[in-house]
Amino acid sequence: MKHIEWVIEVSGLTKTFGDFTAVDAISFKVQKGEIFGFLGANGAGKTTAMKMLIGISVPTSGAARVAGYDVFTESEKVKKHIGYMSQRFALYDDLTVKENIAFFGGIYGLGKDRIQKKSKQLIEELGMESEANSLVRSLPLGWKQKLAFSVALLHDPKVVFLDEPTGGVDPITRRQFWEMIYKAAHLGTTVFVTTHYMDEAEYCDRVSMMVNGAIEALDAPHRLKEKFGVESMNEVFLKLARA
Amino acid sequence: MQNNWDIQVRQISKSYQKVKALEGISFEVASGELFGLIGPDGAGKTTLFRILTTLLLADQGEASVQGNDVVAHYKTIRRSVGYMPGRFSLYHDLTVEENLRFFATIFGTTIEENYHLIKDIYAQIEPFKKRRAGNLSGGMKQKLALSCALIHKPKVLFLDEPTTGVDPVSRKEFWEMLKKLQEKGITILVSTPYMDEAALCDRIALIQGGKILSIDTPKAIQSQFPRKLYALSAHNRYLLLEALKSYENTKSAFPFGAFVHYSDQKDSADLDVLKTYLESKGLQDIHIVETVPSIEDTFMELVP
Repeated sequence: MKHIEWVIEVSGLTKTFGDFTAVDAISFKVQKGEIFGFLGANGAGKTTAMKMLIGISVPTSGAARVAGYDVFTESEKVKKHIGYMSQRFALYDDLTVKENIAFFGGIYGLGKDRIQKKSKQLIEELGMESEANSLVRSLPLGWKQKLAFSVALLHDPKVVFLDEPTGGVDPITRRQFWEMIYKAAHLGTTVFVTTHYMDEAEYCDRVSMMVNGAIEALDAPHRLKEKFGVESMNEVFLKLARA
Repeated sequence: MQNNWDIQVRQISKSYQKVKALEGISFEVASGELFGLIGPDGAGKTTLFRILTTLLLADQGEASVQGNDVVAHYKTIRRSVGYMPGRFSLYHDLTVEENLRFFATIFGTTIEENYHLIKDIYAQIEPFKKRRAGNLSGGMKQKLALSCALIHKPKVLFLDEPTTGVDPVSRKEFWEMLKKLQEKGITILVSTPYMDEAALCDRIALIQGGKILSIDTPKAIQSQFPRKLYALSAHNRYLLLEALKSYENTKSAFPFGAFVHYSDQKDSADLDVLKTYLESKGLQDIHIVETVPSIEDTFMELVP
């Protein structure tokens, strides 16, 4: 028996705002190296749930451990041991590629030597040698997102949270981005991702579907399709979210 | 036939300093047509919308809306078109109803006069009409913005990425609304980065890097894919993709939903050879079937 290492463990996690329950007692576990898709309609509670998991919002009740730390009592440690990128904010436009890497490396407490080594390695892997000293502002969106993902992994976190990382990105770059995700997961990083592209939901090992604050379905994409007797995750989404 | 074009664009180019946002764009949209501009961020879609809605001057080329030149007759165009910009365009400090009334008033009309046109859409947010627009959810903002763009009964509607960041359910509902507006005779030019929405348009232009890759009906665009396309699956998709990338006969290999889409350097692949190769790379449960190319497959093929 292989020992399963759970990187995210959530049990009865709840968040209320006044008499509105944004997240309603959700429970799930995500293991090491898994790609976990966190799906749901706008307003279903995904962002609120994710904020609790990354340690920036205190849950009302329930329990959650992320990367080995309690989100109630050790939220600062949670923040240190995870990576995070969103579509809206990922990098500083007014800093160069190198400066962004150095800045985030510093934030995560990497030493000077390690930052230099990582910086070189990362720029090589992305093929951005000739852009290393360009402002991030001048990069195409797809490059920015690939760079942002690499920066989110700079401190070798156990888990990386990606909030709609590929919105608006061209189809080829979108796939290159997912190849980076596959690779990271293959090397043991847990990936927790939200997306509105339902073909991307198919790339996940397992997905959860949130409806009105609760998780209504959670399984591998092929099992969900079987269960609902449909051909694509898009149809699964429409069935669940419209019900 | 020439007179039936509601939008005509001829050799439009626009640069921002060194960046060429649009390079020699030409296309036409027929009266009553639902025409889609399909392309990622940075393709030039918003620049084109701003030129057509007379908010930006092109460096070169000509464009007209309902026969009115975008430069000479900009005032006529402004009165007769509806424009929903990509970024939220409403006044956050005004309520839902105040926003709508504001847009009606500046176009010299009233909510009551054209209520029939927005009824289906506005009815869904009317229960929240006293709420400030800034406090609406994304889906509700989108419905309000569409209502505001429609309240003066435009003949031509410009919608710049109305569904970006919107979930699949709300996207589907939005497209159902567009179809209804089309039935009322409104010409619609809509842009989207979601390739699956292309199929819902009468005709589409695929656009990337300021250039149009192709213009046609969605079906015809799909058929432009030049080779046979195969959908592959195996026990491990990452390893399958890696194996295909290092296969000597591979022309293209991209993850596509539950499968990897593969095309061979020859028009049709030798499937036995391919399967043997994949087995030699340690892959199991290998399935290979020929598949119909989607618009996204064609888009990726056409990108230079």
